[in-house]
Amino acid sequence: MKSGAAKDVTGASVEAVLTSVVRDEAGRLTAALVRLLGDFALAEDLVQDAVVTALEHWPVDGLPTDPTAWLLATARRRAIDHWRRQRNYDEKLALLVRDGPSPEHADEVDDRLRLIFTCCHPALSREAQLALTLRAVIGLTTREIARGFLMTETAIAQRIVRAKRKIVEAGIPYRVPDPDRLTERLNEVLGVVYLVFNEGYLATVGASPDRRDLADDAEWLARLIVRLLPDQPEAAGLLALIRLHRARWATRFDSRGQVVLLRDQDRALWDREAIARASALVLQALRTARPGPYQVQAAIAACHAEAPSWQQTDWRQILLLYDQLLRFTPTAVVRLNRAIALAEGVGPAEAVVEVNSLEPALSGYHLFHATRGELLRRLGRPQEARLADERALELTTNPGERLLLEERLAGST
Amino acid sequence: MKYMLLLARSDEEWEALSDEQRDYPAIARWFGELAQRGVLMGGAELQPARTATTVVWESGKPLLTDGPFVEAKETIGGFGIVDVPDLDAAIEIAKTWPATGHKVEIRPIVPVD
Repeated sequence: MKSGAAKDVTGASVEAVLTSVVRDEAGRLTAALVRLLGDFALAEDLVQDAVVTALEHWPVDGLPTDPTAWLLATARRRAIDHWRRQRNYDEKLALLVRDGPSPEHADEVDDRLRLIFTCCHPALSREAQLALTLRAVIGLTTREIARGFLMTETAIAQRIVRAKRKIVEAGIPYRVPDPDRLTERLNEVLGVVYLVFNEGYLATVGASPDRRDLADDAEWLARLIVRLLPDQPEAAGLLALIRLHRARWATRFDSRGQVVLLRDQDRALWDREAIARASALVLQALRTARPGPYQVQAAIAACHAEAPSWQQTDWRQILLLYDQLLRFTPTAVVRLNRAIALAEGVGPAEAVVEVNSLEPALSGYHLFHATRGELLRRLGRPQEARLADERALELTTNPGERLLLEERLAGST
Repeated sequence: MKYMLLLARSDEEWEALSDEQRDYPAIARWFGELAQRGVLMGGAELQPARTATTVVWESGKPLLTDGPFVEAKETIGGFGIVDVPDLDAAIEIAKTWPATGHKVEIRPIVPVD
């Protein structure tokens, strides 16, 4: 993805700086403005306008010395335009001038959390949570979100407008949930972060090298949540999980963009330092003795990442972890992944029995058929394997996976 | 904010239940506790949708039809109106609705200035 832009290094790096500045500042500014103005929809609009203006001006004029102040000044000008048409203009203006948010504001942690929890409120649909979080918390523009999800700008804009209207009209509170609901609500937030990550990690739609690196956004957001809620082990678990996946980023696709399975990846290219740090983070989270699905998934990823080879992987440990994961998320997809570990730790015959039992639930899922095909081939049943791979190829939408399946099918004739 | 909690269920299934299964004492306690907390603005159980009469206008003239305005398996079997600080509070109340086989739709009421 990134290598394609190598000839335009300068342009790419300005863009990278812009992205990180906007991410750091826009969400903070939105959060502070909501507190000051008491109007979520307005605050979000003002900052979005400022971000769009920044993305137009900064690449031309250069980065301002104080990006936060620049964004605030722009948002303030928009606010003045808006209020000029209203009665209590002076009153509101005074508020904005007197208490302009500063980065050192003591309320920053609460501000940011309020914003995150409101955007990920369970009364909003997952799609709405996703779009709103990307825009209000991470500071993506509507255009960037649309590009990330291969949707039209109009569709994303409508989704955001509807979500903001619901927040106001349905009385969704702008606050951090009570302690007895915090864990439950945090799971909702982490679900959104994980979805952003997965969209970036293995795009389900289309092939487009200029798509925003949503995995990077997801890691940034997970890190922010860990910083804001340091005693929540599931947040740490998700951050570790994301980092473990990203540590073997470079080896997931070959030069033609074909998916390389974990067993065939060149482990020498994995980021050992990142793996060690992320594994330490998982261990630290697990020591709180409040396990959850993200911690367990991170532990599984750590087992894989630390193994010297596919053959020398601790399959017994991985099977135990999958059993634990099934207690949290007893889904057919988790059972399918466990079956892959079962094939290595016990044998493909046992695994294929388990996989076959998942057919009613997973017959429309390409990885069900791809896994089954692989197991059948190992069991010396090439005709059935071929049928399964063909079905997998029909069902997958990911170009990198298509290439892998096509190669398999070509090799099996 | 005020919210109407629409208590939806299948009339057919509800009417097939015994009095014990419907557990009216639990429903009465639920309304009673909300009233005691001072958040209940009103509420009632409705007769089944088969008892409904609907007025429709055709070319500006009111006509009567026998039955509800939309035929559906699930209908509104009752409602409660609560006045609470925000949606989270309304959700907490809705989650405690005791009657079996129900869905509770939470609808914010448009404020009148």
